[in-house]
Amino acid sequence: MFGYAMRRVLSALPVALIAVTACFFILRLAPGGPFDGERALPPTTLANLRAHYNLDLPLIQQYFIYVWRLLQGDFGPSMVYNDFTVAEMLRIGLPFTLMLGFSAFVIGTVVGLVAGALSAVNQNKWPDYVLVFLVMIGLVVPNFLMASVLQLTFGVYLDWFPAGGWRAGSIPHLVLPITVLVLPHAGRTARLMRGSMIEVLGTNYVRTARSKGLGTRLILARHAIKPALLPVVSYLGPGLSYLLTGSLVVEQVFALPGIGKYFISAALNRDYGLVLGTTILYMFIILAVNLLVDILYAWLDPKVRYH
Amino acid sequence: MKFTQTLKAVTSAGAIALLMSSAASAVTLNMMNGSEPGSIDPHQASGDWENRIIGDYLEGLMAEDANADAIPGQAESYTISDDGLIYTFKLRDGIQWSDGTPVTAGDFVFAFQRLFNPATASDYAYLQFPIKNGSEIADGSVTDFNELGVKAIDDKTVEITLEGPTPFFLQALTHYTAYPVPKHVVDKVGNEWTKIENIVSNGPYTPTEWTPGSYIKSVKSETYWDAANVQIDEVNYFVQDDLAAALARYRAGEYDILTDIPSDQAEWIKTNLPGQDYFGAFLGIYYYVINQEKPPFDNPDVRKALSMAVNRDVIGPDVLGTGELPLYGWVPEGTANYEGVALYEPSWIGLSYEERVAEAKAIMEGLGYTASSPLTLQLKYNTNDNHQRVAVAIASMWEQIGVKAELFNSETAVHYDSLRAGDFDVGRAGWLLDYSDPSNTLDLLRTGIMQDGAMNWGNNYGRFSNEEFDKLMDQATTELDLAARAKMLGDAEKIAMDASAAIPIYNYIAQNVVAPSVTGFVNNAADIHRTRWLSKSE
Repeated sequence: MFGYAMRRVLSALPVALIAVTACFFILRLAPGGPFDGERALPPTTLANLRAHYNLDLPLIQQYFIYVWRLLQGDFGPSMVYNDFTVAEMLRIGLPFTLMLGFSAFVIGTVVGLVAGALSAVNQNKWPDYVLVFLVMIGLVVPNFLMASVLQLTFGVYLDWFPAGGWRAGSIPHLVLPITVLVLPHAGRTARLMRGSMIEVLGTNYVRTARSKGLGTRLILARHAIKPALLPVVSYLGPGLSYLLTGSLVVEQVFALPGIGKYFISAALNRDYGLVLGTTILYMFIILAVNLLVDILYAWLDPKVRYH
Repeated sequence: MKFTQTLKAVTSAGAIALLMSSAASAVTLNMMNGSEPGSIDPHQASGDWENRIIGDYLEGLMAEDANADAIPGQAESYTISDDGLIYTFKLRDGIQWSDGTPVTAGDFVFAFQRLFNPATASDYAYLQFPIKNGSEIADGSVTDFNELGVKAIDDKTVEITLEGPTPFFLQALTHYTAYPVPKHVVDKVGNEWTKIENIVSNGPYTPTEWTPGSYIKSVKSETYWDAANVQIDEVNYFVQDDLAAALARYRAGEYDILTDIPSDQAEWIKTNLPGQDYFGAFLGIYYYVINQEKPPFDNPDVRKALSMAVNRDVIGPDVLGTGELPLYGWVPEGTANYEGVALYEPSWIGLSYEERVAEAKAIMEGLGYTASSPLTLQLKYNTNDNHQRVAVAIASMWEQIGVKAELFNSETAVHYDSLRAGDFDVGRAGWLLDYSDPSNTLDLLRTGIMQDGAMNWGNNYGRFSNEEFDKLMDQATTELDLAARAKMLGDAEKIAMDASAAIPIYNYIAQNVVAPSVTGFVNNAADIHRTRWLSKSE
């Protein structure tokens, strides 16, 4: 098992290097630069800035300098946010993004599993209709719209929760943003769970269990939930990756201090250091989650280990 | 003994109660400040959202009053030599940094030297180029910083020598590029002096917390020379890019001031938040540049026809819905040092829109462009809903005169890269004035200068070039008589606009929303509102 995990970790390294290299060159070759703003800078100022950030060196030399520094854990400076290095910005923003994503993942998964199971057990009865309706809302309403509706309803009219912003340690500030993230994740999980559970409940061994006089709860606990979970588990990996890397809109609308919004603003501003920093971080998150899922599969199914 | 103990207990309890009550009654102003500050170092900042923070914690020789007019700040008084070249400032008694270190003339000299130092690479250093040898030090042609025209005569006297008389220089000194930086801290920690753990202030507030992506908090500085008159105890400058969310948070009572609004909500705000809308003209112009190096746009008649066909009256109120003011000239209304010069009006301003279109159509037909054989041009703008709305509207207006505009949008960096490279027919641009003076916008139309064998057009994206215009602009830089200078600049503006150097579209308006509990907020053309002049009731 350890050997398998190590092989997977080592195979992820070249992927990471290729991704960093591609991102570095694509970014540099894109039109526009970090100092192409609304105002033309005097040529001397521009030259000073370019020299300051090594942009006056040949591209290949810039690349090797960047990789060399990266290997030493130095993500370099931000060209737009001058008062922080990229590493500092990531260090401040990442814990928040992780907290937001993981909270939404745990809550969304639990809610989705319970809702999906309830829906399947009550198939074509009113609780099923209500739950399917709620799941559809979670799935089809875009998160920026959901965020605005929740802000207005619970922040402005009912005044139950803050409409935005963040204070360290304040749970109420997190309720609305997490809800926006939870709904689509819970919706997808519930839909998968419902379908899977309906399939399992229709199998011969469940029918046999029923004919033996076992109650619904016992059938669920002993025979249905575990096999029904398999397709859901395969979705949890991408679901977690999405929640950890896709909180951009939520961070933007609720003005939260995560790294999601830096990713887009850095790309638009051609803030090379910050784009690369956030990309590397996201890449690391996705690789780590995929690795975790692969290892989990290998643990669940020994055949995977030997292939 | 018993009485003394009781007295002590009562006094202590009173003191604690007083402390608690003062802490509880601290007046906090919550301001939606827009984007994340790139820097709060005055030599690295470049945006108005940074200016709000910096102008509250640092103060220059000159400061702004509630109307954003220049008034003495750290300087108690000043004198100007008869030739307009030497400004001598006397610092106030007892001014100090928030750590108790005195603010001296040396801090100002150090700050200006740092501003122009090529190693600092300050974006905005050029705003202080009127100072003798400022630009030469910035471009490295002068390396001895003692040659800079900023001297400390003694600890309390700063003398600034200019390259030439500059009527707007006192106003330019209110800009953050002219603020002092604490030499004693910068010497110790270098560029990390703006980290919260290092920062000191000489203004009314001191930053105490900074959560990137969320907010900066500043608290009142008791060492500020006018602290007794500062009413607000704490200011939170919130990062908030999403304007619809910002309005929701304002309505939820989380913000006291909104510094921008979603453009489609202006009418709603006026109707539903009466008395809270502080919308007013401010010093900024929105315009289209026309590439005059490309035929047929090098023909002034084509440019005139394009300009005439733009119905400016509908853009602010209807296309955008925020009421931006129609603009025909190059100097926005309310600009200082322009007294006696009437707002520019083109010769065709008296015509109705239908008559303008008819005349523009006739011009284009005369040049062979008709509906069946249109002039095809590419209209470039940077990605933004409002820019798109304006471009779509103007493209349809141009259709009437035999012009087919293809819209092309790109990110800001790419867009301005194209404009600077001359890779466009017509392009969107805007300019917010750095200081209130007509030269600040008129300079955008000066002919470029040869540098390293290539023409550097700077911000003159359309490459307008007119000898007479340039001559008047040059003469104005040395003219001491303000009235004569204003006339020269007025004549220059007329030459450029008569030649349709560009298409001015609208005068920006400031879009602040201020809660009724806040007083002291005054609409002004610079859209600068220092917290020092505000107060807030619960």
